[in-house]
Amino acid sequence: MSKYSQERFDVLVVGGGPAGIAAAVRAAETGARVGIVDENPAPGGQIWRSSSSEGKHSAEALRWLERMKSSGVLLLCGKRVFHQPDSGILMAEGMDDVYELSYRSLILATGARERFLPFPGWTLPNVMGAGGLQAMVKSGLPVRGKRVVIAGTGPLLLAVASYLRKQGAGIPLICEQASGKKLARFVASLIRYPGKIVQSFALRKEIGGIPLATSSWPLAAHGHQELDAVTISRGGKLETIDCDYLACGFHLVPNTELPVLLGCRLRNGYVQVNDLQQTTVEQIFCVGEPTGIGGVDLALVEGQIAGLAATGKMNATREFLSKRKKFGQFARLLDETFCLRSELRSLPSPETLICRCEDVAYSRLREHTSWRAAKLHTRCGMGPCQGRICGPATQFLFKWTPDSVRPPVFPARVEDLAAQPQPISQVTGGEPQ
Amino acid sequence: MPSEFTVRVNGTSVAVPIGSTVAVAMAIAGQPCRTSVTREPRGPLCGMGICFECRALVNGIPHSRTCQILCEPNMEVRTDE
Repeated sequence: MSKYSQERFDVLVVGGGPAGIAAAVRAAETGARVGIVDENPAPGGQIWRSSSSEGKHSAEALRWLERMKSSGVLLLCGKRVFHQPDSGILMAEGMDDVYELSYRSLILATGARERFLPFPGWTLPNVMGAGGLQAMVKSGLPVRGKRVVIAGTGPLLLAVASYLRKQGAGIPLICEQASGKKLARFVASLIRYPGKIVQSFALRKEIGGIPLATSSWPLAAHGHQELDAVTISRGGKLETIDCDYLACGFHLVPNTELPVLLGCRLRNGYVQVNDLQQTTVEQIFCVGEPTGIGGVDLALVEGQIAGLAATGKMNATREFLSKRKKFGQFARLLDETFCLRSELRSLPSPETLICRCEDVAYSRLREHTSWRAAKLHTRCGMGPCQGRICGPATQFLFKWTPDSVRPPVFPARVEDLAAQPQPISQVTGGEPQ
Repeated sequence: MPSEFTVRVNGTSVAVPIGSTVAVAMAIAGQPCRTSVTREPRGPLCGMGICFECRALVNGIPHSRTCQILCEPNMEVRTDE
């Protein structure tokens, strides 16, 4: 049996990235009992993921992590929320334990994931997300002397290229699907947002010596048991490049599954919130990428607003409003610049697998007219990732809209699913049941 | 303090840097993480516990998301069952 524990919070935060940390810190500094539950082994989320070899954090990340420590936030890492058995209670599962977490206010800071688009060969080992490969390298994967082609869209590609090169990888090319014209417009408007890494896009054809090709995208990954090479369309011409890794991500999609499960309404694919970051469900707030892909600056501002609002400090949120407005405009600029071109819809061949969990090919999905019909007839999206990878892909390829979310929001052990909320006296001290 | 320790991937010992995830240990061992339902080899995709492509048997626990689990000395990882 999993060890069963209970925790009660004034404010519970789901997600320990910048938005969640900022929310938790602000709430805890008012004296509230605050917890963060996060599925990763350490706090920081994706953008502040520390490196196993260097343990390096940015100065900004260090300041927030220190502040979190001294504010008395209870941190539950390596635990994944899978279910809401009753209003005000979430269940979270670890390797060998299960937690019943009750709260007065809930702040959802569930972050975003990369969007993956299927093309022939994308299921080969060593074809990874751009952020995916970076996370693996931060977790100890050596890339010194490896050749990494980076492809897709969005500012993350540049950050990953720069990081991997510092780790000793060779980067023959970054392929950005957006046009040079769009990027130029984007760069011109960046003057208003100092300190953004995306400034380095500039108008140059390279980033610190790494060649950058615009209007370019992967057509096929080649290899038998693993990747050997990738063919790209580079400004309309085909080119094949030998490589050890293809790091490929098409910007980000918000993790809205848990907010939707809890009844929060979406607007244009993002969680709908008001000025205080409140969702359409009472006592549930949402911050960071699920409310709009805006990066770390917007996440920190939204997190602080929610942390203050959840503890009744409404007046104190005012100082953040103009910053939120400014960074929110940046989010819209990102959406505009890195929206996907329609040519990418014709990347899959009939045999290309779209659903990697159930191995469902493009040709089988094409016959269907909705996500629901495709799920019922082909099992697309019915595997362990529950459509988190193929859902955004089919949304783009076929313009299908996702279904409602059903519990459990992640696969969980049957015994943990069966666990019922316990009267507090039965589990004193978190003893095993 | 040593900077590496050993885990076993499909019975073979692999030295991994301390702080590595299990997914990294499998990559260092040159092993795909799992075989798909149509028998394709698969490795990690998202690196953040969402795609489930890196799942394997870790210390007897099936379907463990290996990119989310840190290696421990003498851990047993199997991808072949």
